[in-house]
Amino acid sequence: MTLHPLLAALRRHKAGVVLIALQIALTLAIVCNAIFIIGSRVERIQRPSGLNENDLFMVSQQFVGAPNGDDQATTDKLDSLLQADVATLRNLPDVESVTPINSLPLANSTWSGGASTKPDEKNEPAHVAYYFGGKDLLKTLGVHLTSGRDFTNDEYDNRAFRAPNKPAVAIISQALADKLYPDHDALGKPIYFDGGTTPTTIVGIVERLQTPSVDSWANDFAWNTALIPTRLDAGYSRYAVRAKPGRMDAAMKAATAALYTANPMRVFFLDGKGARAFSEIRANTYRADRGMAILMGVICLILLAVTGAGIVGLTSFWVGQRHKQIGVRRALGARKRDILHYFQTENLLIAGGGAVVGIVLAIGLNLWLMSRFEMDRIPVLYVLFGVAVVLLLGQAAVFAPARRAANVPPVVATRSI
Amino acid sequence: MFTYYLDLALRSLKRSPGLTALMVLTIAFGVAASMTAWSVFRAVSGDPIPWKSAQLYVPQIDMWGPQAQASNPDSDKGPPDALDYGDAVALMRDHRAKLQSAMYQIGPAVVPADAAKHPIQTDGHAVFSEFFPMVDAPFQYGGGWTAADDEHRAQVVVIGSKLNTKVFDGGNSVGKMLNVDGRDYRVVGVLKEWNPQPRFFDVVNTGGFASDGEGMFMPFTTAIAAGISNNGNTNCNEVPEAGFEGLQRSACIWIAYMVQLDDAAAAEKYKNYLEGFARTRYPNWAPNVRLRNLPDWLDHEHVVPSDTKVSLLIALGLLIVCLVNTAGLLLAKFLRRSSEIGVRRALGAPRLAIYAQFLTEGAVIGLAGGLLGLVLTGMGVACVGLVLPRDIANLAHLDVSLLATTLVVSVLASLLAALYPTFRAAHVVPAWQLKSN
Repeated sequence: MTLHPLLAALRRHKAGVVLIALQIALTLAIVCNAIFIIGSRVERIQRPSGLNENDLFMVSQQFVGAPNGDDQATTDKLDSLLQADVATLRNLPDVESVTPINSLPLANSTWSGGASTKPDEKNEPAHVAYYFGGKDLLKTLGVHLTSGRDFTNDEYDNRAFRAPNKPAVAIISQALADKLYPDHDALGKPIYFDGGTTPTTIVGIVERLQTPSVDSWANDFAWNTALIPTRLDAGYSRYAVRAKPGRMDAAMKAATAALYTANPMRVFFLDGKGARAFSEIRANTYRADRGMAILMGVICLILLAVTGAGIVGLTSFWVGQRHKQIGVRRALGARKRDILHYFQTENLLIAGGGAVVGIVLAIGLNLWLMSRFEMDRIPVLYVLFGVAVVLLLGQAAVFAPARRAANVPPVVATRSI
Repeated sequence: MFTYYLDLALRSLKRSPGLTALMVLTIAFGVAASMTAWSVFRAVSGDPIPWKSAQLYVPQIDMWGPQAQASNPDSDKGPPDALDYGDAVALMRDHRAKLQSAMYQIGPAVVPADAAKHPIQTDGHAVFSEFFPMVDAPFQYGGGWTAADDEHRAQVVVIGSKLNTKVFDGGNSVGKMLNVDGRDYRVVGVLKEWNPQPRFFDVVNTGGFASDGEGMFMPFTTAIAAGISNNGNTNCNEVPEAGFEGLQRSACIWIAYMVQLDDAAAAEKYKNYLEGFARTRYPNWAPNVRLRNLPDWLDHEHVVPSDTKVSLLIALGLLIVCLVNTAGLLLAKFLRRSSEIGVRRALGAPRLAIYAQFLTEGAVIGLAGGLLGLVLTGMGVACVGLVLPRDIANLAHLDVSLLATTLVVSVLASLLAALYPTFRAAHVVPAWQLKSN
């Protein structure tokens, strides 16, 4: 089939052709970017935290009228409150292990600082988020130790949460190890925290451990974490609790009740709920991302439906308008397939033209979004995928009207209107 | 004449019900998507205190110096977005603005008098007496405390309506005692339901949006003396000395500050004062201060989540596509009636009449799309709660202005879409059409 008659026909509906091509171009531009947003959000949500997230929950609470921990006596008092809570939780029948901890991955509350391989460094090469915990820290979190060893029992100590952070040993994430010691094995090497002069020995390295915050300010150290064997004594406390397999709901219920019984002078966070399953922490933290992905998905669907329906509507009109000409072509020997192909090719040309403009618009929109918002460059794959989607959509939309056109009988040619 | 055009429009739309439905649906979906996104954007970008936001300012001072600024990710190398204790107290002592308050977030527990009840977790801010007139906090009972109370570290509190309901069953509790973290405080004021969005006086620590109003306010000086620790962010340039007192001696930042300055001249004067203040306190580097008014400050702190902005843009994009789609369909539809137009023109109808006829048809589609769009917008706003963070989703709501906007946008959008097709229809050459028939 030659394109000449097709192009000649298109020239007679210039405005309609331009409008539908423009619509396809805009659809492509928006769909590409929306799918890219969906893709990056889904990727973000699915990042593993490095924890064994099953059967894990966190209890957060505050002691009422607790001392401030500014001197040794009040620090000891706070530590005994903390230790009593840990013992209460550990003794529950459905609890596997417990550790006091300042925060968990995705739990938002972040204690961060700088890490260096040299003492007294003002501009540390790496940002790091700390997890301060007590006995059973690694076991409770379920992190994967790739080299080195767990903390020994005599390495655990405590301090007031406003006292300086000078641990003798630490276990760090692989990401932090790679950042500080790119060419060597970091195990056994010193690390200096917060521009300090006291060396901390790296006794273990865990494969992966995410920071508590997933906000943009924490992006540059999302995987730089250090586990410190120090219980923090403050007026508030958090406990990570690993329940026995399948016993989490029972353990969560028992936990807050047992803590209240042991010491009623406390308030539980989360409006008195106190205990929160890790799955809920995860869902809550990524709620905005999930919402954005769903929103973009809905908009994509509406967009594709509108554009598809628009193509059906417009092509139907053209078919009705050219009823007689189609009859003439059929009478002159064109097969049904030729008519079908005619409309399909016509749509391919229009959609193709629209897609070319759409690619430019898609990249333009992406660049503009990048300049205004925190967004990455759109990978070519997304654009190609978008092009494929709009071309397929065009072909699918044009099929029904085109078949109707193909079914116009040749006798129409000889009938007068 | 209008009723005649209306009649013509309805007839024409009835003639091709499928196409009409398609156009109405297109407009409805486009408008509903953008209105739903708009309802969220409107909710989070609103001015929390429109009658005086231009008079409220947030001062910033660079207490860390250029060396720390080198690693500042902010492109404008502006000072940190909070103050350290020393600067905040010195600014309060100088008292150069009309009204001012340093403040920090607290999260104390309230112990009910009834020993059988569990203590209640609450939140709030430690502020100075001028805070209440500055932010126009609405009182149900009583009022704020006095400057003398600030001075004497009086054991007083102002409580929110929710806490008042929880502890005092909602009655007039002024004068009653409230046990906060084991100490007794006298209630001097009870606020009405007050939950400004965003929580403009301390967006740094509150993140901007919260479902509930604040539980309590107590004098800054009293809270410091009682050792009530800050519940918000603490940012340190250097490791501070131990303890809450160590924090107060350090250059760690954890205090929010707001001032009221009534006009530009007062703001200018205060800015000069700030520069002098910075020069005296930090003689080792050139003063680096900012004095942003509230709208600029909210913008600087990116209070409106970028997701909300992107969603609105993408939804507007969808509306544009719907417009183009409708324009294409209307064009085909109108031009198909070229012979009808030819006859009307030949019989003496002026171009204007053709414009009126076809724009009426466009408006009818817009109105129908708008009505359907109202229903869809209602569903959309109801559904944002399922996907967005609750603090934000709770703010999006349907009201008369949103409904009216939906209808107006819908009709305007379809008129816009009908404009070019109508222009083409009005320029049909009558002679051609008559000849071909």
